Amino acid sequence: MDNIIEVRGLRKEFKNTVAIDDLNFEVKRGEILGFLGANGAGKTTTIFMLLGLITPTRGSIKIMGEEMKNSRVNILKRMNFASAYQQLPYNLRVWENLYVFAEIYGVSNSKKKIDDLLELFELSDMRKQLSGSLSSGEQTRLTLCKALLNDPEILLLDEPTASLDPDQADKVRKIIAARQREKGMTVINTSHNMIDVSELCHRILFMQKGKVVANGTADQILVQSGAKSLEEAFITIARSNKNGGAPLDNDSIGNNNNGAPQLTAAVP
Amino acid sequence: MNLRVIRALMIKYAFIVSRNTFRLMDLFFWPVMDLVLWGMVTVYMMKVSNSAPALVTFLIAAIILWNVLYRAQQLVSVSFLDDVWSRNLLNIFGAPIRTSEYVGAACLMGLMQGLVVLCLLGIMAIFLHSLNVFSMGFILAFFFVNLLLMGWSLGLMVTGCILKWGPPAEALAWAVPGLVQPIAAVFYPVSVLPAWLQPIALSFPASHIFEGMRAVLSGHAIESYQIWLPLLLNILYLFLFGYFFQSSLEDARKRGFLVKYGS
Repeated sequence: MDNIIEVRGLRKEFKNTVAIDDLNFEVKRGEILGFLGANGAGKTTTIFMLLGLITPTRGSIKIMGEEMKNSRVNILKRMNFASAYQQLPYNLRVWENLYVFAEIYGVSNSKKKIDDLLELFELSDMRKQLSGSLSSGEQTRLTLCKALLNDPEILLLDEPTASLDPDQADKVRKIIAARQREKGMTVINTSHNMIDVSELCHRILFMQKGKVVANGTADQILVQSGAKSLEEAFITIARSNKNGGAPLDNDSIGNNNNGAPQLTAAVP
Repeated sequence: MNLRVIRALMIKYAFIVSRNTFRLMDLFFWPVMDLVLWGMVTVYMMKVSNSAPALVTFLIAAIILWNVLYRAQQLVSVSFLDDVWSRNLLNIFGAPIRTSEYVGAACLMGLMQGLVVLCLLGIMAIFLHSLNVFSMGFILAFFFVNLLLMGWSLGLMVTGCILKWGPPAEALAWAVPGLVQPIAAVFYPVSVLPAWLQPIALSFPASHIFEGMRAVLSGHAIESYQIWLPLLLNILYLFLFGYFFQSSLEDARKRGFLVKYGS
């Protein structure tokens, strides 16, 4: 299966801070990749660089065969993103927001598409409400509607279930998984919710201080870290890396060119 | 440029304005208040000082044309601020929108707002002050276009500054027209200004337009340099401030400022 995203030697410095340090990874078409890491690990910065919202200091981002810095608009037409922390304008109605973005993304038959998505995310009754009057969970579902408007080949999600109740979070996970199966969508999902990660993601990249410190399937991460759950693995990896140690057995799992533990990716 | 994207951004702006009373006031109420207030001031001045009737004509016409520039500038700057205030910056700049499409949509909305203001105030001036600015004919269209271009340039400059310096620079959206107005010979000729300020005034396209407007309203012919010079200056400033806006946007992406400011 071909790589739909290739990140090579990515570095991002903000004044005296190195947010991303020589990051290398690739994502295969149709794969759901989980970005894990403590706060400030560089997950969201990486997502924003993939969206062209932040320009890397160094390195290259190749998406669907094109360099991000040269073909931003062409790439973004085939991508989309949603974040629990990035709502749509509060002063537009639900359908107005979706209509505007449907037009921006060049969606054909946008009215039907909007109706279908509102129904899918159980927001049909709120189509005429101002987006600002929605609860945070409803707003999150609205941003997910926006993110699926153009049937993106790549979907970037930044903690998509952070403000959702368990019932809605489960529904959202199922919708994303179904979309991935039906349309072969590639997903990068940053989350602190281990249920999201274990249920959705085919592979996990664990980031710490702007570097990849572990890379593999959830099961591989569990085995190598000796943890009983992903949450325990998260804590083990995060704490051991904070103390400068290597969390995983490099001999048994190999090394990538960062010296980061590398597990074999499980691709769907 | 993708016209569908430009149309979508214009629709977004129309949605925002249509349900915001204060934004509708920007479009209709404040320009009308300007006209009424200055109209009464000039009528009073004429009564107490026996000024020439031309003074009223000059001032009313200046108010109308100044509003074209002011509204065009405001629209370019405030449409960007709308995206900041509604935390929509990341949705917009993370979408397949070219800078030219984003700026183009704001400029076209500025054009529409300028036309609305010109027609509204022009018609009101006929009834309130017996002044028909439309009698200037084709030259009015030339004045309109040049003031619109200068409004767009100032809007791009202000937006570029906001991208560079963030929230503290937001006030420039309202302050810059206030700084330009006294120098741009809107209500009086350039010759009234101190000698050291006159070259600066003449570097503003608007100064030549307002000088030309007074000449036309006095029944004089407009000088040829008053045609080509403001146009030339406007083209120069549009390129200059367009480049400034683009480089400020790129710089904001490098500094991660777009993300910090927009979330």
